[in-house]
Amino acid sequence: MRFAVLQFPGSNCDQDCVHVLGNVLGQQADYLWHKEESLGNTDAVVVPGGFSYGDYLRTGSIAQFSPVMNAVKRFANDGGLVIGICNGFQILCETGLLPGALVRNRSLQFRCEQVYLKVPTQDSPFTREIEPGSVIRVPIAHGEGCYFANDESLARLQSNNQILFQYVTADGEPTEEANPNGSLLNIAGICNEARNVCGMMPHPERASESILDEDDGLRIFEGMLGHFEGKPVTTEPEPAV
Amino acid sequence: MKAKIVITPKKAVLDPQGKTVQTALEHMGYEGVNDVHVGKYLEIELEGDDTEAWRPKIDEACHKLLSNPVIEDYHFTIE
Repeated sequence: MRFAVLQFPGSNCDQDCVHVLGNVLGQQADYLWHKEESLGNTDAVVVPGGFSYGDYLRTGSIAQFSPVMNAVKRFANDGGLVIGICNGFQILCETGLLPGALVRNRSLQFRCEQVYLKVPTQDSPFTREIEPGSVIRVPIAHGEGCYFANDESLARLQSNNQILFQYVTADGEPTEEANPNGSLLNIAGICNEARNVCGMMPHPERASESILDEDDGLRIFEGMLGHFEGKPVTTEPEPAV
Repeated sequence: MKAKIVITPKKAVLDPQGKTVQTALEHMGYEGVNDVHVGKYLEIELEGDDTEAWRPKIDEACHKLLSNPVIEDYHFTIE
């Protein structure tokens, strides 16, 4: 499987993503400079974390107009797999590929720590290798990760099962204390209605190796790979409610 | 000629900066500060003097780039 990891001026998690996808997942992972107008023959796009364009104006606001993002929009609209991590999530929201926006953390503090995430649904390429309702541990590092969407958008996210990751306690409770940034509904990550585009504030690429004693994040990339290869999901799908 | 653009967070959006500034003002002894909203102010220098020709362009720029309609409101003058 070929992954394209985008690079904007100010991206700083691109190397971590290429390392994990190439050396841990064992797939082809190439950098793609933001001035490129074509994705080539890639099978999935990773929009990595960092501070594209110095976060000027608003996080992700300038990056959405980079030439490569037109190609990413076409790729996503044709059903291609796209994952945006941290600043990548902010960029995908700014481009309109995902609903809502990320605003300043309620505490006004940059939060850099391990968090627990509940994964409510297995019904996405990104969560298909994770048992529904289970809790994974992945780090965050952001100052503007407070997810906001209007009531209508939030209702749609809920009714379509588009909330893929929620900040919870170690026991899986979505409490206010477990919410590091004030996100509505404790949202840490979502997907689009077609379920091929995912955005998440936590960094799965920083928790993808057993030598780090943190490898829950790898299951997200394994899910993308399994989906691409057409493998059956490893655990039973969530029963319809 | 200049476009003067004011961008503010929508009422429904949490504005922790505004709240923090309000608390600071209260601590300084300013009474009757009901609410504070922290936004952005932009000045754009424009060619020519045709304000009506610029108005729809500035409006479009505000909508597409300068503000995010999901979380922000804007208004502007051209003078």
